Amino acid sequence: MTTTAAPAMRAGKNPKKGKHPTRRNLLWFALPALALYGTVLIYPTFAGAALAFTNSKGGRRADFVGLANFQTLLADQDAIRSVGNTILVTASLVIVQTALALMLAIGLHQKLKLRGALRTIFFLPFILPSLIVGVLWQFLYNPGGPIDSVLTSLGLGSLIQLWLGSTSVAIWSVIVALIWQNTGFSIVVYLAALEEVPAELYEASAIDGANARQNFWHITRPMLGPATTINITLTMVGALKIFDQIFVMTNGGPGVATQVLSLVTYQQSFVLGNYGYGSAIALVLTMIIAAAAFIQTWARRRAGAN
Amino acid sequence: MRRRYGVQNLALELIFAAFGVIALFPIYILVVVAFKSPTDVAQSALTPPTELYLDNFMVAWAQADLARAFVQTMLITAVSVAVLICLGSAAAYGLVRGSGRINRILLMLMILGISIPIQLGMVPLYQLMRDLGLLQTPWSVIIFSVGAYLPLTVFLYSGFLATQPSEYEEAAQVDGANAFQSFSRVVFPLLRPVTGTVVIVTSIHVWNDFLTPLLYLGGSDARTLTVAIFSFRGEYATEWGVVFAGILISILPIVLVFFVLQKYVIKGFASGLKG
Repeated sequence: MTTTAAPAMRAGKNPKKGKHPTRRNLLWFALPALALYGTVLIYPTFAGAALAFTNSKGGRRADFVGLANFQTLLADQDAIRSVGNTILVTASLVIVQTALALMLAIGLHQKLKLRGALRTIFFLPFILPSLIVGVLWQFLYNPGGPIDSVLTSLGLGSLIQLWLGSTSVAIWSVIVALIWQNTGFSIVVYLAALEEVPAELYEASAIDGANARQNFWHITRPMLGPATTINITLTMVGALKIFDQIFVMTNGGPGVATQVLSLVTYQQSFVLGNYGYGSAIALVLTMIIAAAAFIQTWARRRAGAN
Repeated sequence: MRRRYGVQNLALELIFAAFGVIALFPIYILVVVAFKSPTDVAQSALTPPTELYLDNFMVAWAQADLARAFVQTMLITAVSVAVLICLGSAAAYGLVRGSGRINRILLMLMILGISIPIQLGMVPLYQLMRDLGLLQTPWSVIIFSVGAYLPLTVFLYSGFLATQPSEYEEAAQVDGANAFQSFSRVVFPLLRPVTGTVVIVTSIHVWNDFLTPLLYLGGSDARTLTVAIFSFRGEYATEWGVVFAGILISILPIVLVFFVLQKYVIKGFASGLKG
């Protein structure tokens, strides 16, 4: 991932390197962290990948079954649906949340009196527990609940849906709740980038007689490239892992309308006890995340090269 | 861009106020419903409460056993964050300032952990915790939290450390300090701004975590606030006032931290992420 590799690259370019023969190998400082990282993340991840090729049901015994779990997955309509939903949720968040955040950040960057208050309001949902966000929105979406009341009082009663109960609407209701929760973070990333655009650039362009649109296109936009990359990457990886909100709002329902991979993994492993099959689905999820991160890095490199 | 406040700004202000109202609506409902009696909620969830109905908070506090969950969550968060600071800063020092090529490779591998989904390792880690006899104890969640957020912590520390000059450490070394002394006396104090960021970001993450505490602590006395609220919601499914009162109690600390340290919270979440 591009964003995460940055410190490593900076470290590699340390200009002091080689000039000081007294530099020590300080590896042992990292040993406790590496040991714990290996125990909690690396070992279980590889062991989980291995489980994906077994018929483990949780007991000590598990037989190697090759690709049988993946064949099951291909024939499992519900699992296929959850792959589709995962991609739908991720794509929607990446597109809508990033676009909305860009718009709001550019607005907030103007001389608005409400600027501070709005930044607080937009960011607040991001620090709430995802589980709480799920419970809250479940109530908001209740038939006859707050959202229906607002629509009715605005004379828009005809728009009322079974927000979480309709197979065609539920996934979009979930997406709206997720956008509400996470847009504030994307805004803040954009605001940080906007604050770094030197004021002199705008002063110089004002002298040259540039208008607001030219300012945006030639000064602001190029400066926001890295922030957009960060937002897209983090939103994408975050969206693929989303669990709590959907678990509590719909638990994948109605039917499998809001089922996503992280939820199926949990249900297969911890509800149904199909450790092998659950791990196979988790492996697919991991592959999708790796592919997404890889495509993102590749696209950025390509954009950087041109 | 640098013009004076005019009609355009006023229009923009109004449009943004509308966005603000929409964004605030769910929070408004959360607070209002928590202070309403069941009959009041049934009449309308939208209007402000006619009287401050505090029974919800008393019922939630007692029935959901929030006091115990509060202590558990605080313990888990405090210990996890303290360990994260020690291990994370030391690892960043060793991997950034160390001379070996292997140090850089390990740093990259460690930071890669930020994007590993926990789902794949969930079953083996659960079995490991079970075999170690740690399930139903806060230690299982502490060990998980430290391991899970180490990549982020090391990322934050190493990113900062790599931009700092190493002259001070070298001066200390010339004065005869060993590696541990130059870390604890020179480098760690230098890292203080990042330590602040690490405290804010990781404590909010650990406080808010749900799935792992549910798996490890569900049904035990050691459950955290999110787990307590989750099972409480199951029992009081129709009494939203009580559920929301419980939620308000459980999020009070992070919301307070957010409002008091807002500048640092927002900067903290945004900072480590500049590529």
